[in-house]
Amino acid sequence: MTATSDPCDLTAHEILHRLRQGSLTAEQVVQSVLERIRQVEGRRPTAAPYSPTPAELADDRRRVHAYLHLQGEKALERAAEIDRAFQQGEEPGPLAGVPLAVKDIFCVEGTPSTAGSRMLAQFISPYTATSVARLERAGAIVLGKVNLDEYTFGSSNESSAFLPPVGNPWDPRRVPGGSSGASAAAVAAGEAVISLGTDTAGSIRQPAAFCGVVGLKPTYGRVSRFGLIAFACSLDCVGPVTRDVTDAAMMLGAMAGPDPYDATAAQVPVEDYRGYLDRGVRGLRIGLSPDYFRLRFPDPKSGRIQEQEIGGEIAAAVRHAAQVLAQEGAEIIEPVPMPNTRYGVPTYFVISRVEAASNLHRYDGVKYGHRTPQAVKDLREMYRKTRGEAFGLQVKLRILMGMYVSAAQYEKHYYQKALRVRTLIRRDFEQAFSPDGEFRLDALLAPTTPTTAFELGAVYGDSVLMQYADLLTVPADHAGVPALSIPAGLDAARLPIGVQLIAPDFREGLLFQVGRTYERATQHETWRRDRPSLLEDLPRDP
Amino acid sequence: MAGDITPELFAHLVELAAFELPEEQAEYLRAELNRQLESIRELEAIRLEQDIPITSHGVPYLPAISSSPQEDIVRPFPHPERIMAQSPQSEEGYFVVPDIPHTDLS
Repeated sequence: MTATSDPCDLTAHEILHRLRQGSLTAEQVVQSVLERIRQVEGRRPTAAPYSPTPAELADDRRRVHAYLHLQGEKALERAAEIDRAFQQGEEPGPLAGVPLAVKDIFCVEGTPSTAGSRMLAQFISPYTATSVARLERAGAIVLGKVNLDEYTFGSSNESSAFLPPVGNPWDPRRVPGGSSGASAAAVAAGEAVISLGTDTAGSIRQPAAFCGVVGLKPTYGRVSRFGLIAFACSLDCVGPVTRDVTDAAMMLGAMAGPDPYDATAAQVPVEDYRGYLDRGVRGLRIGLSPDYFRLRFPDPKSGRIQEQEIGGEIAAAVRHAAQVLAQEGAEIIEPVPMPNTRYGVPTYFVISRVEAASNLHRYDGVKYGHRTPQAVKDLREMYRKTRGEAFGLQVKLRILMGMYVSAAQYEKHYYQKALRVRTLIRRDFEQAFSPDGEFRLDALLAPTTPTTAFELGAVYGDSVLMQYADLLTVPADHAGVPALSIPAGLDAARLPIGVQLIAPDFREGLLFQVGRTYERATQHETWRRDRPSLLEDLPRDP
Repeated sequence: MAGDITPELFAHLVELAAFELPEEQAEYLRAELNRQLESIRELEAIRLEQDIPITSHGVPYLPAISSSPQEDIVRPFPHPERIMAQSPQSEEGYFVVPDIPHTDLS
């Protein structure tokens, strides 16, 4: 048996098939995942100051470091229950026996729920998020909680208070993306089969692209946010990170839908998403926009906005995907103008910071979380010391910008303007998808990221350039529309390239339909045989 | 039109944000705020027609997909002690805090 035929490397639907057949047990699946974790994980990230020796650093850069909390025993007990249910002829749920890693931004009762912050390093959640509860009810087995950028504020996982940083399984000297970076890394490395992430500017899709896995940002309101530690309430979306499109469809089906605990969870019926998978793309209109191939970002030295074409390998992967879909019967429509794509990041700099500052005022050292151990003369000093000690730099930066752009004298100039520019971004999508419009698209096809995974330390600290990693993902968050990132090849350095499909509100089924068609049509392409470098180094059974 | 974030304005923002900051963090944060403002200024070039409304979230919440208001029902949390256990300092079911600054008006 090779490392890549271990149960931990199977898709969720293949695991379910074998469990129902009786050729595999849930316990074997969990044991396999735990063994993989022992092989590739490395030392557990902690909130202690990170100053590794050269030898430690060298070892850290060969590992994944995804898990902040691992509950192997509990997972094995749950697996045994599921095996008993199968043996007794019961149907323990549509995700029964599938190991799940939960991004540590979700509250799960009785587990540390840290948000990657010193502020919540000791916080044990007294309740469970709706999305996690629904996945558990569907039979998924929670293995533990995985790392993220602090409060999700980042695109590389490096801002977490818990270090060593997460390594990309394709090259652990590189970032896994963020903020759901450990979710994507764990799924890519076989340390989990599925993972639950969140996307506010691209935090599911960008790491999915960097780690060669599938990531879905559902429509805003498709999945309940109850139990999600809030960043930007008008943007936060809960979604799946999986090995393939079928698993993403199964996972979304298990957790989507209205929730009495979240009034923004839309009253829209949940479709049979798996029913879309084999429909093909004949007659669908798929658009390409030049505005997703042209990158506008500030020069790191001069700060001046510069424009350049997206890298040739990424552009070629998107063009190839279009060609594949055309051969499958889709009509490719181009050029589709999306002129406000370029304003996605500046708009996000304003809106997300205002919402973050508002949400993070609750951390006051009184009800839960860190409180300064220093002597203080009054409550205000306690607030200042507590927040100064426990929030990381990127969190402080976001709160300060939020305070600035929402201040009474600047609010109209910045916040109100950003909310109106958001209308323009939304209109780009409405015009592209309108059934009465010029383009009448079913979906837009675009690169997920401007680059493939960059090296650890290469961008971190430059908060502007880091934000521009979300340049191509953030417009869908502003507009609320669903977007699916799927693997679409490797670059010359053998790093994964992702492409995304974007559809009208609540048309996730159509994204799965197109994504699955692409997967099926490209299943024999040579890059699909490549595996993350970390897995190639594993010992193989004779 | 706002200018750069000066040290004085920065100190005011820090006060509003309720942080105590070491000097080296303050220097980095102020520099990054000003760099981010350069990016945000891209928005200034956009000419918006008067009738462009704000979008507070992308998906329009039409009545058909919105939750209807719910009746307020009190449901006691089954384990209040688990909530109180998260408090840095509590006593007999109350959160304990340092002195609250006040001005005596008498």
